[in-house]
This record gives sequence, C-alpha cells and structure tokens, in this order.
Amino acid sequence: MARMKLVLVGNGMAGVRTLEELLKAAPEQYDITVFGDEPHPNYNRIMLSPVLAGEQTVEQIVLNSRDWYAANGITLHTGKKVVKIDRKNRFVEADDGTKAEYDRLLLATGSKPFILPIPGADLEGVVGFRDIADVDQMIRASSQFKHAVVIGGGLLGLEAANGLKLRGMEVSVVHIAPWLLERQMDKPAAKLLQKSLEEKGLKFLLEKQTQEIVGCSLTPSPSPGGGGERRVSAVRFKDGTEVPADLVVMAVGIRPNTALAESAGLRCERGIVVNDTMQTFDPRIYAVGECVSHRGIAYGLVAPLFEQAKVCANHLAEHGVAQYQGSMTSTKLKVTGIDLFSAGNFMGGEGCEEIVFQDPGRGAYKKLALKDNKLAGACLYGDTLDGAWYFELMRDGTDVSDYRDKLLFGRHHIGDSGAGGGLGDEKTRVMSLPDSAEICGCNGVCKGDIIASIRANKLFTMDEVKSYTKASASCGSCTGLVETILAATVGGDYSTAPSRKPMCGCTEHTHDEVREAIATQGLKTMPEAMQALDWKTPDGCNKCRPALNYYLLCAWPTEYLDDAQSRYINERAHGNIQKDGSFSVVPRMFGGLCTPAELRAIADVAEKFKVPEMKVTGGQRIDLFGVKKEDLPAMWKDLSDAGFVSGHAYGKALRTVKTCVGAKWCRFGTQDSTGLGVKLEELTWGSWMPHKFKLAVSGCPRNCAEATIKDFGVVCVESGYELHVGGNGGIKVRVTDLLCRVETEEQVLEYCAAFTQLYREEAHYLERTAPWVERVGLAHIKAKVVDDEASRKALAERFAVSQKPAQVDPWKERTEGALKQEFTPIAVLA
Amino acid sequence: MKMNEHWIEIGSVQDIPRQGARVVKTAAGDIAIFRTVDDEVFALQDKCPHKGGPLSQGIVSGKRVACPLHDWKISLESGIAVAPDEGCAARFPVKVSGGMVSLSLTPDEGCPNG
Ligand code: SRM
Ligand SMILES: Cc1cc2nc3c(=O)[nH]c(=O)nc-3n(C[C@H](O)[C@H](O)[C@H](O)COP(=O)(O)OP(=O)(O)OC[C@H]3O[C@@H](n4cnc5c(N)ncnc54)[C@H](O)[C@@H]3O)c2cc1C
Ligand code: SF4
Ligand code: FES
Repeated sequence: MARMKLVLVGNGMAGVRTLEELLKAAPEQYDITVFGDEPHPNYNRIMLSPVLAGEQTVEQIVLNSRDWYAANGITLHTGKKVVKIDRKNRFVEADDGTKAEYDRLLLATGSKPFILPIPGADLEGVVGFRDIADVDQMIRASSQFKHAVVIGGGLLGLEAANGLKLRGMEVSVVHIAPWLLERQMDKPAAKLLQKSLEEKGLKFLLEKQTQEIVGCSLTPSPSPGGGGERRVSAVRFKDGTEVPADLVVMAVGIRPNTALAESAGLRCERGIVVNDTMQTFDPRIYAVGECVSHRGIAYGLVAPLFEQAKVCANHLAEHGVAQYQGSMTSTKLKVTGIDLFSAGNFMGGEGCEEIVFQDPGRGAYKKLALKDNKLAGACLYGDTLDGAWYFELMRDGTDVSDYRDKLLFGRHHIGDSGAGGGLGDEKTRVMSLPDSAEICGCNGVCKGDIIASIRANKLFTMDEVKSYTKASASCGSCTGLVETILAATVGGDYSTAPSRKPMCGCTEHTHDEVREAIATQGLKTMPEAMQALDWKTPDGCNKCRPALNYYLLCAWPTEYLDDAQSRYINERAHGNIQKDGSFSVVPRMFGGLCTPAELRAIADVAEKFKVPEMKVTGGQRIDLFGVKKEDLPAMWKDLSDAGFVSGHAYGKALRTVKTCVGAKWCRFGTQDSTGLGVKLEELTWGSWMPHKFKLAVSGCPRNCAEATIKDFGVVCVESGYELHVGGNGGIKVRVTDLLCRVETEEQVLEYCAAFTQLYREEAHYLERTAPWVERVGLAHIKAKVVDDEASRKALAERFAVSQKPAQVDPWKERTEGALKQEFTPIAVLA
Repeated sequence: MKMNEHWIEIGSVQDIPRQGARVVKTAAGDIAIFRTVDDEVFALQDKCPHKGGPLSQGIVSGKRVACPLHDWKISLESGIAVAPDEGCAARFPVKVSGGMVSLSLTPDEGCPNG
C-alpha cells in the first residue's frame, strides 16, 4: 500500500516532537516532508538563554541533527518559508517555489515576538528574542557596543538582560508594570528578585512606557532626508526621559504565528483553533505548539506543547484514542543562581487562603494559595526545592488539610526523603556533586550517567529519564535529586509532571478512569477491559496486567477468574522468589501465636526438605529460606496437614497481624490484644490488596506491637480501642493517623473490614495505605467509615462477600494439583 | 519420537501456559520455553544477563519477558536486553509442528553468554 504523505510546516520544538512521537507509534505510515524557515535543524529554543549567557553553544542545543532526519527518511527543507497552502489540491508552496503535496498537513509555526508599533521600531539594532539569528545579532552587538536596553521585564526579558550583562554590556530593563514578572510573581517576591538582579549589575526602569526609539545615521545619509543606514541610539519614554541604547531587545510578549493559516482560510482566533485531537477546522490539517488556540488558550511553554504533540501523533497514527484536555503549567527563570518557581493561581482571591513564608535575610519567599483544602497556586523565590512537589499536589488535587501546617516547609518535612537535601539552592548543591556521585542507590546510577543520557536521548520528562537510566525507577527516594538534575540540564520546567498521569505506556487512561470504567461499563475480563479502553499493546505489560487483574478481582470478587499469568512470580508461586531462584516459605501464625505441635511440624518440614536457613521474621512468624520450587507443593502438604495456611508473605495482600502479649499476661495490658489480633487475622487473611497490608494490636499505649506504623493498627486502652490507619515502616516511615475510638471488639472488626474494603476499592494498584490516605485525605475516610454507619456496614458487607472466595488456602489447592505445570519442568533431558 | 538428531520433542504447545513459560532441564542448565499471547514459542537460556535471574519465572507480554528479580526486559526473539540495560540470554532454536514443540540444544550464534 502506498504510504500517505505528511507535511510539517515549522521545524521547531512542538512540530518535530510530534514527528518523534509519530515515528514511535507508526514508523511506516507516512512519507514525511518538513519545511523550516530557519537555516538550522530543530534545536532546543529554551536553551537560547544559556547560549546568550555563554553557558552553552549552539551545537550543544541541537535536538535533531540532519542525520536524524535522513535516518528516518524525512525530507528536510531548511531556510524555506512556506507561503501558501492550497487546500483544494492539497499542496504547500515555499517562497522559493518548492512544492510538496500532502494527505495530512501539520502546522507548527510557533509564535513571533511582539514588536511595539512605535517610531524607530524598525531601526538597525532593534531585535526580538526568539531564534538563533536574534541571539547571533545580540552577541555581535555586545562585542561592538556598550548600552543595551531590554523592553519587557518578563521571563524572556530578564533572561536576555542577564545574558547581555554577562557579555559585558550595560543593561537597563524597562518594564511598564510596578513590579517584574507580574504574571508569575507577587510584589514581595518580585522585589527580592529585583534586588538580586541589581546585585548582578542590572538596572531597572519600572512603570516606564516607551514612546519612541531614537536613531542616528551610521553612514552619513546619502540623499537629504533619505534614511541611509540608521541605527538605534536611545530609547525615549512618555515622561520625556531618555536612556542611551546601542541595542534594544523587544521582549514585551509573543503572538501566535497564524499568518499562513489565516491566508489559507483556516479558523483562527488568538491562534489556530483546534479541537481536543489537535485537528483544525480542515480535518486534513492538524496544528500543535504555540501557534494553536485550544479551548481558547495559547500555551507558551514546552511541557503542554509536548502533551499536544503526543495527542496529535496518536491521531496521525490513526490510533484515535488520545485527547488533549489542556494543561496546568508552571514556570522557572533560567538565570543561574536565581531560583524562582510559580504555578497555578498564586494570587489567591475569591475563596482562597494564603500561607506565606518570608525570610528577606536569606532572600527566600514562599507563598501558597489554598482553596477548599487543596493547593491552588504556589509562588516560590530563593528556595524552589519543593516546586515540583507543590505542582504534583495541585495536579492530583491532593487534600492537604492534614499537613497544611507543615506544607510551607516542604516535602522532606512531612517525612519524605524524596526531595533530597535541606533548604537552600538545591540546584547548586546537586550540580556541584561530582559526575561519579551515585544518585540512585537502588540501580546504581551516577549523576554523570543521568546527564549524559538526558543529552544523548533528548529526555524531557521524569518518566523518560526513569525508563532510559532507571534512576528513581525503583524505590523512588531519589526522585527529587533526579528532577533537579533534569531541570538543570535541559533548562526550563521540563521536570513538571504531565497534567494527567496514564496508568502505563499501554494506555492513555489513569488508574481512576480504568477502575471507573470496569465498574460502570461492567468489564469483566482483561481482554474486554483492554478492548473497551483502547489498550495500545496487544496484551499489556508487566505493569498494567497485574493492576488490571487486581481491579477486576476487586470489582467482581465472585465472578472474576484470576489470571495467574498476570501475577508477579511471588503471587503466582505463592512464595518469595530469592536471588538464586529458590523460594521462601512463611506459614501463617495467627497473631504470632504458635503451639508446640505446630512448631514441631515446622521443624520436621525444615529437616525433611533440607531447608538451608530458618529465621524469625519481623512479622512475628517463621521464614524457611532456600526452598526449591519443585519441592513447594510437597512441603505445603505437610504444613497444611499440620493445620497451617499460607502467610502471604509474598503478596500484595494481607501480610501479618502483629500482637503483643496484652491483658492475659502483661502487667500493663488493658485488653486481650493477642486474642483480638487472632480474630482480626482470621477476618482479613487471604484478601488481595492494592499493596501489602499489615495490622498490629498493642495491649496498651506502650505499643509493643508497633501498631502506629501499620496500615491498620489497634492500641488498646482502658475504655476500649484506638483505631489508627495509614502508617508504615519501610522506605518512608509514616506514623498512622487516629481514625477513631471504639468500645467493643465487634466494632474493631467492623471498622477494620470497612476501612480495608474502602482501601481495596479506592487505592491505585501499588499505592500503600499511607500515600492513599495522604491523597484522599483522612476526612474523606472518616466520612465513609466512621460518620456514616450505613456506608460502614455496606463496606464491611462487601468485604465479607469478597473474603468468601478469597479465604481458600492457595497452598492446599496446589497440593491438590491446582496449576501443577507451574511447579514441574516440561521436560528433563539427559 | 525424535525427528532428527538435532531436534528433540519436549511436549505440546498446550503444556505451556499462554503468556507464560516452562522449563526444560538439561545437563547444560535450564532452558526456558515461552509461549506468547498469540501462541508463538521461543526458547532462551533461563538465565538473566543481569544477575542470572530465572527468566522462566517472569511476566510475558508481547514478545518480551520481565525478569522477576530486577525487572530487566528481555526480548524473546533476540534474547537481548531492552535498553537501557545491556546483555543477552542465549537463544535456542525451537519449532512447532502439529502442536508439538521441538527444541535444539545448540544455542544460536552471537550471544557471548551462550
Ligand atoms: C522476611 C522479612 C524480613 C525478616 O526476615 O524479618 C521481609 C522480607 C522481605 N521484605 Fe519486608 N520483610 C519482612 C518484614 C518487613 C517489615 C516489618 C514488619 O512487617 O513489621 C517491614 C517494615 C514495615 C512495613 O512494611 O510497613 C518491611 C518492609 C518492606 C518493604 C518496604 C515497604 C514500604 O512500604 O516501604 C519492602 C518493599 C516492598 O514491599 O515493596 C519489603 C520487601 C520484602 C521482600 C519481600 C523483598 C522481595 O520482594 O523479595 C523480602 C523477601 C525476603 C525473602 O526472600 O523472603 N519489605 N518488611 C519480613 C517478613 C515479615 C513476614 O513475616 O511476612
Ligand atoms: C529565549 C527563550 C527562552 C525560553 N525558555 C523557556 C523555558 O524555560 N521553558 C519553557 O517551557 N519554554 C521556554 N520557551 C518557550 C519555548 O521555546 C516555546 O514554547 C517552544 O519553542 C514553542 O515550540 P513551537 O514548535 O510551537 O514553536 P518554535 O519552536 O518557535 O517552532 C516554530 C518554527 O516554525 C518556523 N516557521 C514559522 N512559520 C513558518 C513557515 N511559514 N514556514 C516554515 N517555517 C516556519 C519558525 O521559524 C520556527 O523555527 C522559551 C523561548 C525562548 C525564545
Ligand atoms: S530489608 Fe527487606 S528487602 Fe531489604 S534486604 Fe532485608 S529483607 Fe530484603
Ligand atoms: S537478574 Fe534479571 S533483572 Fe536482575
């Protein structure tokens, strides 16, 4: 079949990103032609600032070399400007007459610097700040002249000013508003910024309106009155004052570049109007990037444009599932030594509360705006370490009421090691580490590897860095450091997470959407679910299949046929796989109790099967290590004859119920903690969960069973029982929140069942109770489990229903021959 | 029955779970026989290039298996680890005829670990 023809107009960041996504999705589908009016291949426009500042070279910022276009069979026309689109005969024509036909056309023409319509704006020496040509011109000027004036105190203007200053010019920044970056920052923060920029030697002229750019002739003008070559010499303001200028940079804003689209009669408002699939009013023509207007918004940052690119590619590839629903953006200023972050509606206003932290001495300022207990906006200056975290909280709409008092002090203050070191200039701290410094302890990835990979593979997002380098791909405690390195290496705000997070590479849908669809559309098998939700891969991956298997099992406990092949080996073989491929066996000891007969049975089994090592676990039971897979069923038989069931020490399931001795023996005991622990374990054992789930019961507040770092912990008191939830030890220790107090054991069991079921029904797969509680908020859980009796009873009832089929001992089933092939070789040769 | 001196019949396709694997024990170590969702059959040395994890125990999706120990992804077709990881597990020739799977014990060329 003849390939379709795709033409891209605009050889820039969004357009080429779309091609990269398209080549990933459907490499063979199109013959691709690209027109770009710049003479260069695609480069990282963001890094023009560091180039101007002399921190990077033009070579370093090229994203796609000409070889890349060749290697992908793409016809590249650089230095050619497309001047005409013939929609009827479906071809485009460039200024030099080059024509190209298309079946699909992609417009990514970006935007143009807005040049003030004032006298002198056309003089030699007046430039915008948009492309390599502009930067070249500024660098040339800096070597010949002294005075530079930057009109516009926005991000672009300040980065230009900083660069020119570093190139040795005297720089004044003219700004019409009363403070700098008025769209990104409030006044106090902006004043701190201005102060430190003044310390760098920049001058600021605020609340000044430019009236005219004054010129003088370089060459004595040939004909009287005739222009000759005239160059800028000064800038004059409405109030009559003047400043000398040999170079004027106009950075007052950008305008979506829609000229071409309009000339072709495409509907444009601020930008080229597109729908949620990035399609213009002509179904054959798509548009992405700064030139488009989506739901009335034209974005000016890369992160959202790359989301658009992904969606657009998805439709060009005719997968036709992805939708762009707009983005939340955040900004940073790329001036070395200055840390600034802003996102969302930090100006507060209507129904917003503000939390502010100010330390002018250290030049630090933080302002957070809260609305309905959720973070609505953030404006950080000096200490931007937690910017990415605040952005996540906004994106996920996390309820922050439980730790709003600590919110200002950042992630590490709520006990997460994630964001790395303390306050201060994180970037300088991290970037001054040697390349050999190990960043990711789990996968042994060094700083140098990460930076190299980001450059070589043009990585822009955390997810990409994870999949290319494995940094922060395991326990995640180094995420903060990696984010910093990413941001410092590619510049801009690439590290910000996309505004919605798909479950995995196989789908566009989030965990919540998938659970929702399973319930509402009554999807009952994995193929059905993948079908209905347009999975991109034929049979998913080892991330989404276990998740789907759990979601289906949780939604249809009595009907769903568990899919062994979608379970991680530990759950498929009902033991913990060990480094040498053998397994560990942990029989359940309800509440940690054990009779001499049972102990003897374990000892016999250990001898009979020559178990190399036995250990008392941290979960109050006994672990038998180094068991050969083939031996498991026979070993389980002996154990189950002695009355043991599986301890699920290997599962995303109910693990252990730790207890202390309690009232029966302990002089401080207030209730029968051991007995209650046994009842709780009998209630919950065998249930599958989004993640491991641990209980404990302590007989008094001395809390010997460590109930306050468990998913569900009970602390017995004279008057009854305290119920604690959402704790864990492990990577990120979190102490439980107090759910409520109850009087009877019956109540403990009912509340436990209800809480457990709520977690099973609402948490994302592999989300333990601690992060779940933090995400949905304790208030929400109280409302469903404590305040509303009907809802509590309903939850407990649903738990009971799902426990019936779940409480069949998997070990016994297998000793009776279930899934035999799992444990035997298919053939033994020689 | 044996079809010629190179091919050894090891069992029927049905004996291998879809999206799963079974092990063939040989004097030279274990070989993992995989069956994909669309019933293609592949054979690899049952030894992950990373730290020797048993690939037969991993989750099979598409034409890949994820090692159970540290989640490296190994291509079933080539035996090569998916980037960024590097290394490969030796491939063994397999063929299916009349629903029966036959294996050859001489690994394909080109994999040092072979
Ligand atoms: C055997 C045991 C260590 C011991 O000898 O005591 C153990 C062994 C393992 N733990 Fe653990 N954990 C054991 C108690 C704990 C405890 C203590 C406790 O439960 O009171 C903790 C901290 C408390 C907690 O979980 O909140 C603990 C926190 C972890 C974590 C971190 C969990 C987290 O939320 O951060 C992991 C990793 C994971 O689950 O992803 C883990 C994972 C593991 C795994 C399963 C690693 C793996 O996936 O192979 C280890 C299996 C070893 C093996 O081959 O059998 N283990 N693990 C303990 C078994 C308890 C039991 O009887 O079932
Ligand atoms: C100095 C600077 C610093 C920046 N810093 C950041 C930052 O820190 N973070 C951030 O997220 N974003 C930043 N940006 C913004 C970011 O660079 C843009 O959002 C992004 O480049 C837009 O991509 P695009 O593909 O839409 O447009 P462009 O990248 O501008 O690509 C459009 C291309 O199309 C070409 N073109 C236009 N019309 C035609 C035609 N008719 N025929 C042929 N070719 C045509 C243009 O010459 C241009 O090469 C910065 C921008 C600048 C200029
Ligand atoms: S702490 Fe847990 S996971 Fe780590 S080595 Fe010990 S048992 Fe294994
Ligand atoms: S041994 Fe296979 S991933 Fe480590």
